Amino acid sequence: MADYPATLKYTKEHEWVNDESPATVGITPYAAEALGDVVFVELPEVGATIEHGTVVGEIESTKSVSELYAPVSGTVTEVNQAVIDDPELVGSSPFEAGWLFKVDVSGTGELLTAEEYMAHAGI
Amino acid sequence: MTDKRTPLHEEHAALGAHMTGFGGWQMPLRYTSDLAEHRAVREAAGLFDLSHMGDIGVHGPDAAAFLDHALVGAISQVQLLRARYSMICADDGGVLDDLIVYRTGESEYFVVANAANTDVVLGQLRQRAARFDVEVAPVESALLAVQGPRAEEILRATAGFEEDPEASGGVTLENLRYYACAPMRFRGEAVIVGRTGYTGEDGFEIWVSPGSAVGLWRALLAAGESFGLVPAGLSARDSLRLEAGMPLYGHELDTTTTPFEAGMGRVVRLDKETADGRPLPFVGREALASRKDAPPARVLVGLRGEGRRPARAGYDVVRRAADGAAGAKVGSVTSGAPSPTLGYPVAMAYVTPEVSAEGTELAVDVRGRTEPFVVVPLPFYRRTK
Repeated sequence: MADYPATLKYTKEHEWVNDESPATVGITPYAAEALGDVVFVELPEVGATIEHGTVVGEIESTKSVSELYAPVSGTVTEVNQAVIDDPELVGSSPFEAGWLFKVDVSGTGELLTAEEYMAHAGI
Repeated sequence: MTDKRTPLHEEHAALGAHMTGFGGWQMPLRYTSDLAEHRAVREAAGLFDLSHMGDIGVHGPDAAAFLDHALVGAISQVQLLRARYSMICADDGGVLDDLIVYRTGESEYFVVANAANTDVVLGQLRQRAARFDVEVAPVESALLAVQGPRAEEILRATAGFEEDPEASGGVTLENLRYYACAPMRFRGEAVIVGRTGYTGEDGFEIWVSPGSAVGLWRALLAAGESFGLVPAGLSARDSLRLEAGMPLYGHELDTTTTPFEAGMGRVVRLDKETADGRPLPFVGREALASRKDAPPARVLVGLRGEGRRPARAGYDVVRRAADGAAGAKVGSVTSGAPSPTLGYPVAMAYVTPEVSAEGTELAVDVRGRTEPFVVVPLPFYRRTK
């Protein structure tokens, strides 16, 4: 089982976000495992203004598609081109090489601690 | 209602399988990776638990005549120890299920139905059996499949697994033909081995008593390890059959679809005759005879994606406008996925006949975005030997 770093915050929709500036966003190993092999990732564009709790992209696996929710509000400053080119990184390295995008944060919604997230996901 | 569990449920749990509900059963969706399991079947071999499939025994003096009446195929002409892909249709010609019929004796067959349709097929067969001296009964058995180019070597290397040329009339793993079956043995117990599958690869399906399923599963995995055999789940099974252009009931086939629309007209034998040479009035014959030559409202086609985004079941197929925008709706996707073997999206879809020609440039509405697809012949993938 993957370790859920206490330094990160999580959403009930299975995204994680760190407390750096700009903040980095990804999906959790739990979500990656449930999705299976990721084959396509659609991310917001650099410069886009996003609002927490809204759909900002898609993660598509061999079997299904799921929506990507913004864990925070702000402006997208960077997207991970490596994950667009090689979507399998989302599954193989969800906390590291499989990060999705970075945001200049202007506000957040409800975020969970690692402990709360694990309880929520039943991990 | 809770899902049923196969005799291999604990094995799947021990292997850490991701389970899913399918046709009323808890089944492994994947063990580790859909893609790795898919590739293992194409390159080496995969082991599947198919115990959810519905096995129905048909035996009695009228078994052959009964199946000619109940199904659309010429089942009486299937030779001993051979198998036939067939369908059971309603009076209006709609497909109730697609199935494989194995002839294990002169007046002994077994019919393998889709899990979700087993009760419908069993009920229909019993209803249609009224005028025949035949017994129709579900068979309690586990079904394991070894699929892939190394399948024959793996079975040969499996401890406790033996050919039974005396019982099979000389049929061995080596000379067992595609769509044939033979009695063999596992730890002395009689099992049925069919050279059939749903992956587009060489492979075997093995019916074994529920009590011996775990032993056979473990023996196959142990023997197969050095050949690259891995346990494979429903997710790989679905992408394998899609590449092989094989229909899946509930997607390409349903009660509103005739075998002709599905491109499966060859399984309908309107030329079946009674003993005195009249057309045999099998269930659905009248409707199917009138539909056969009528222009179809829709045709099943293969679609190859020119972009990266796969189409999914239920998405609209549209005309491709000159500027790449979406045009009028011309059909619906029935199955779609990124093809692991080919590296591009593939899909099957029902479209109107005027856009069904090979090479027709169409598009699929992928969640509001127009993705280019082109009509290609089925199957997408065919094994080389």
